[in-house]
Amino acid sequence: MLSRTADCLFWLSRYMERAGNIARGLEVAARMASVAGDEAGEEEVWRSLLVAAGCDEGFFGKHDRATQDKVVHWLVFDEDNHSAIASCLAAARSNARSVRTALTVAMWSSLNDSWNELRAMSVDKVEGEKLPGFLEWVRERVLLFNGAAHDTMLRDEAWRFVHLGTMLERADCTARLLDVRHEILAPETDGAVAHAQWQALLRSVSAGRAYQWVYRDRLQPRKIAELLILRPELPRSLMACHSEVAKTLDAIAKGQGGRTGECHRLAGEMQAKLNFGRIDSILAGGLHGFLTELIEHTGRLGTEIEAFYIRH
Amino acid sequence: MNGLAGQIAASPAYAEIQRWLAATPPEDLARKRGEAEHLFRRIGITFAVYGEGGDPERLIPFDIIPRIMAQSEWQRLAAGLTQRVKALNAFLADVYGKQEIIRAGKMPRALVVENEALRPVMAGFTPPGGIYTHISGIDLVRTGPDKFYVLEDNCRTPSGVSYMLENREAMLRLFPRLCHRHRIAPVSRYPEELLTTLKEAAPPNCPGDPNVVLLTPGPFNSAYYEHCFLADEMGIEVVEGGDLVVQDKRVFMRTTAGPKRVDVIYRRIDDEFLDPEVFREDSLVGVPGLMGAYLAGNVALANAPGGGIADDKAIYPYVPDMVRFYLGEEPLIANVPTYLCERDDDRKYVLEHLDELVVKLCKGSGGYGMLVGPHATAAERADFAARIKAKPADYIAQPTLALSTCPTLGDKGVAPRHVDLRPFVLSGKEVRIVPGGLTRVALREGSLVVNSSQGGGTKDTWVLEGEGPLEAQTDAPGQSQSQEQR
Repeated sequence: MLSRTADCLFWLSRYMERAGNIARGLEVAARMASVAGDEAGEEEVWRSLLVAAGCDEGFFGKHDRATQDKVVHWLVFDEDNHSAIASCLAAARSNARSVRTALTVAMWSSLNDSWNELRAMSVDKVEGEKLPGFLEWVRERVLLFNGAAHDTMLRDEAWRFVHLGTMLERADCTARLLDVRHEILAPETDGAVAHAQWQALLRSVSAGRAYQWVYRDRLQPRKIAELLILRPELPRSLMACHSEVAKTLDAIAKGQGGRTGECHRLAGEMQAKLNFGRIDSILAGGLHGFLTELIEHTGRLGTEIEAFYIRH
Repeated sequence: MNGLAGQIAASPAYAEIQRWLAATPPEDLARKRGEAEHLFRRIGITFAVYGEGGDPERLIPFDIIPRIMAQSEWQRLAAGLTQRVKALNAFLADVYGKQEIIRAGKMPRALVVENEALRPVMAGFTPPGGIYTHISGIDLVRTGPDKFYVLEDNCRTPSGVSYMLENREAMLRLFPRLCHRHRIAPVSRYPEELLTTLKEAAPPNCPGDPNVVLLTPGPFNSAYYEHCFLADEMGIEVVEGGDLVVQDKRVFMRTTAGPKRVDVIYRRIDDEFLDPEVFREDSLVGVPGLMGAYLAGNVALANAPGGGIADDKAIYPYVPDMVRFYLGEEPLIANVPTYLCERDDDRKYVLEHLDELVVKLCKGSGGYGMLVGPHATAAERADFAARIKAKPADYIAQPTLALSTCPTLGDKGVAPRHVDLRPFVLSGKEVRIVPGGLTRVALREGSLVVNSSQGGGTKDTWVLEGEGPLEAQTDAPGQSQSQEQR
């Protein structure tokens, strides 16, 4: 396959995944802000969402304070923000358009319709009371796209690059969400204060119910960390995402007669670390340090994949 | 009614269509037209129209009434097209070789050596098989039952063949019975013939099955849909300039499995943009070093750079002489009589008869920079007269022929409209022509301009396997009608 085609497919799915993650982050933050109690607490909620989304610097270059209206606009519509939902959908569509023949009709129409609908939407459609409905719409459109890709694509290299993009972006997002909240997962955290924040963290990776199904227990920071980092059952856990990344990279290598490079080694290393890791030793060594390294490695893995398959 | 409408009605090839049109209620025709438009929108065939505001991505109007030609008519036409394209290729080999046609005094030297489309870098180089224009689109008009004229040759990157294929698909879907009754020669093998032609263009040193790619300027090009469509049909990659890299005068495409050698490039990029090291430095869509690889014989380009001189409007009047000079034959299809404004006598005639002539800018294409004398205002004619006097060499003029018409569905029902025809001629080890072409139709009443950029539309072109429709003599019209309506 042409490297440019792989590039477009990889980024197309990364942008779609990112749009869904931003929507999920906004949903949880809006909920947290409404129970925060004071203005400082509220502002902290929005600030940490910006940090988790990796676009706090751009925001504070434009605005002094992280208020709900400003953060929502920045993360949904602002053209200066490459990670805004509107920017993500536009970038996904433009990638899709240049590799139109590599996509299935179902994928293209789900994406094209989403983009057209969003383009026709006015800003007041997504503000205030209407925000939850809009965010739900975004999540549904991403689900539709992922479903279309999963159900209609030939299982060839094109599918593998689409899947790789989704999984790498998802791994990055979960690690960032966790890292920005790592303090509430420290063993000595007071449950009475942190309970709402634990719930919010679980919801932001669609794992509110999943925790109960896996542990059937009261919320405990140690178990929340284990669920989000090490449990293979949770589709957004770091373990689940990185094992898909490694598996997909192996499948691409196998399809090319076994040609491998640094990206394969790095993906294997990260998967092994998660596969054989124990939550107690991760927490003892420091969650923040562990996550920082993981985020840095995920970024490097993306660069290595591009270096090996795309920009050689 | 003007032109040939009466004669066409009498032609046996149109007998069944005439009956069908007479028997089908106007609302059914309108409904079918709506279905056709829906079909084209869904497929996403668009053509960019610039400079008029509004949505630049537009649908070319499609007329559901086909243009029909009997097999014997087509055979004569195909022979003439083959002859003409052979002569054009011979001319190109001569221009970039010994220039014997100039030495023989058959063509003014200045016309060749000062021509903008001449690519001096091609001098002395012979492409594989001696073929320059692998894909040629020859625009024809008709004035009588067997009287065709060549309006224009296209030897650069002629487009429109996707409409020939998609129009047929649409007709087969909308009118399966009507199509069946006509025994239409299929056009669907065009992509296969094109791929064969491109493979035959491969350099002699190419090992095994050549790797053929289509080079596009990208998604913003007006013909991008066609590029993807053809590549998809042939099973080859659509590449952009950035996908190709030249190393040691060899061309590779960047794939996920590493660099892969490219042998033949079906380029849909103009000469000037092919290689910034040789042509325009500011080209962002080309491939640096491509011409070096080409001239070293390591990759083939179809069509060859510099082919544009053969379809130049100022060269066009000499094509019949080329046929005589290179092939020793009389041209089977004539040129439209053409006045070169550069010549004093011709210019005098043109300026005195502007109200009867069509004046064209030599460098223009797509119907821009054109005066249709009989339909122009006095002010427009005066403007062109001044332009001709200022730069006579830039203009040619032709009489407005009594062009043939074809029944066309308008808002007020079926009416005759002017049409032209662009068959696509493929030159490889042999000349191949798929029976048919792109019929363009001037949708405005009385208009002679068929270009899609000027409000023209398209029709399907039916070359019949025989002289007339299958059941024209046996099938009762009422019965066939009810079948069609299901």
